[in-house]
Amino acid sequence: MRAFEYVVADSSAAARALAREVGAARFYAGGTTLVDLMKADVERPQRVVDISRLPLTAIERRGDVVRIGALARNSDVAYDATVAQAFPAVSEALLSGASGQIRNSATIGGNLLQRTRCTYFRETRWRCNKREPGSGCDALDGFNRGHAILGTSDACIATFPGDLPVALAALSAHVVIEGDAGERTIALEDLYLLPGDEPQHETSLAPGELITAIELRVEPLHARSHYLKVRDRASYEFALASVACAVELDGGRIAQARIALGGVATVPWRAVDAEAALAGAPPDDSAFRHAADVALSGARTRAHNGYKVELAKRAIVRALRTVCGGAA
Amino acid sequence: MRTTERPAVPPRSSAPLTLRLNGRDATFVVEPNVTLLDLLRERAGLTGTKKGCDRGQCGACTVLVNGRRTLSCLALALVHAGDEITTIEGLANGGELHAVQAAFVEHDAFQCGFCTSGQILSAVAVIAEGRAHSDAEISEAMSGNLCRCGAYPNIVAAIAAVQGAG
Repeated sequence: MRAFEYVVADSSAAARALAREVGAARFYAGGTTLVDLMKADVERPQRVVDISRLPLTAIERRGDVVRIGALARNSDVAYDATVAQAFPAVSEALLSGASGQIRNSATIGGNLLQRTRCTYFRETRWRCNKREPGSGCDALDGFNRGHAILGTSDACIATFPGDLPVALAALSAHVVIEGDAGERTIALEDLYLLPGDEPQHETSLAPGELITAIELRVEPLHARSHYLKVRDRASYEFALASVACAVELDGGRIAQARIALGGVATVPWRAVDAEAALAGAPPDDSAFRHAADVALSGARTRAHNGYKVELAKRAIVRALRTVCGGAA
Repeated sequence: MRTTERPAVPPRSSAPLTLRLNGRDATFVVEPNVTLLDLLRERAGLTGTKKGCDRGQCGACTVLVNGRRTLSCLALALVHAGDEITTIEGLANGGELHAVQAAFVEHDAFQCGFCTSGQILSAVAVIAEGRAHSDAEISEAMSGNLCRCGAYPNIVAAIAAVQGAG
């Protein structure tokens, strides 16, 4: 690991100021992604701003909104009684990610900003437009079995690696961001940028901004939700395809549905057209399969990731079956 | 996302660090880029905590931080000022093995032993967490600790035995 300056922030405002003083600063929350990528020489901060002790760990319900502090640890959020009951997909997504040890360190805010597991990004001997803008992408014609089939560009096909943000996308979560002008709240999907021609820009965060919380709304739709993760191993592995879904049933029909996909896209991927296809339909395999076909209709595959199209479709059908099971 | 500019002289500001190490205060002077794992092994001489992958993938470096299992390879040492760190050296009570250590011996839960410190620290925490009851739940809870000798069934049996005795 290269040398860097280490400073501890005693407030969120101080943290933002400390980060802006140098050209390349990184916030240290749980450290699990940052330290890993610093060892890989992918992250090379001049200054690391330790925010891990800031008082942003509360999980609070105010009316119908649950606000989760950005420094709440993944394990604490996953087992929180309110979260598990009101947002099952969130709890399931958190518990499907990483290991017990990593979940004890990793934070909610940091998890939103987790970097891709693309080998060509993580190992500096390869060309990567995300790591070295304009250098090229060795994944395009390389071994791309794990790479994205939705939201890709000619510059980048790196898969968004997270589980939690996929569940948050399906549950229309919002992200609370603190900046010089105060606090702003954006839809989770608006945090993420498609790679386009500039895959080095991954989020809409401005320099000096800090994620301080996420917010979720308590409603029947979100309580009937589920996260399904398909991977090469039974545990401790990233998704090849994952599905977060939520369904509200009314009189034997689907009143409304939410679907988001992970493991197959460059960002947490909300399948809006598939949701529309389910509205008013009966909760049966025919409708589920049609929605799955719609969700993957824009997929663009490379040499080794074509299997993800059918895998994601079957995962969608299975997740919808699960969430509609025992329907009243 | 990142700038390529580097300061001519990288900052190397070592800082004093005091933490609780197996029940005792311990003070070091540490560079920012020293991990908790390297602090334990190289500075504190506690080599029972193993460096396996050093990238957060194998679990061999698992220690307890304020009672919670944590990967010491993915943590900067300076971040843990004031924290209570428990390593494998801190588990036994004098000459009396911790119940999980004794169970690992009893159930032959290791072969080469390289992963064992991390397995035992993780197991102590899993039992304290109290959420893993069936063999399948124990396996899932322990999935962050790899064992290349394949002692998994005996590790699960050791943990189940301690929980059953509790």
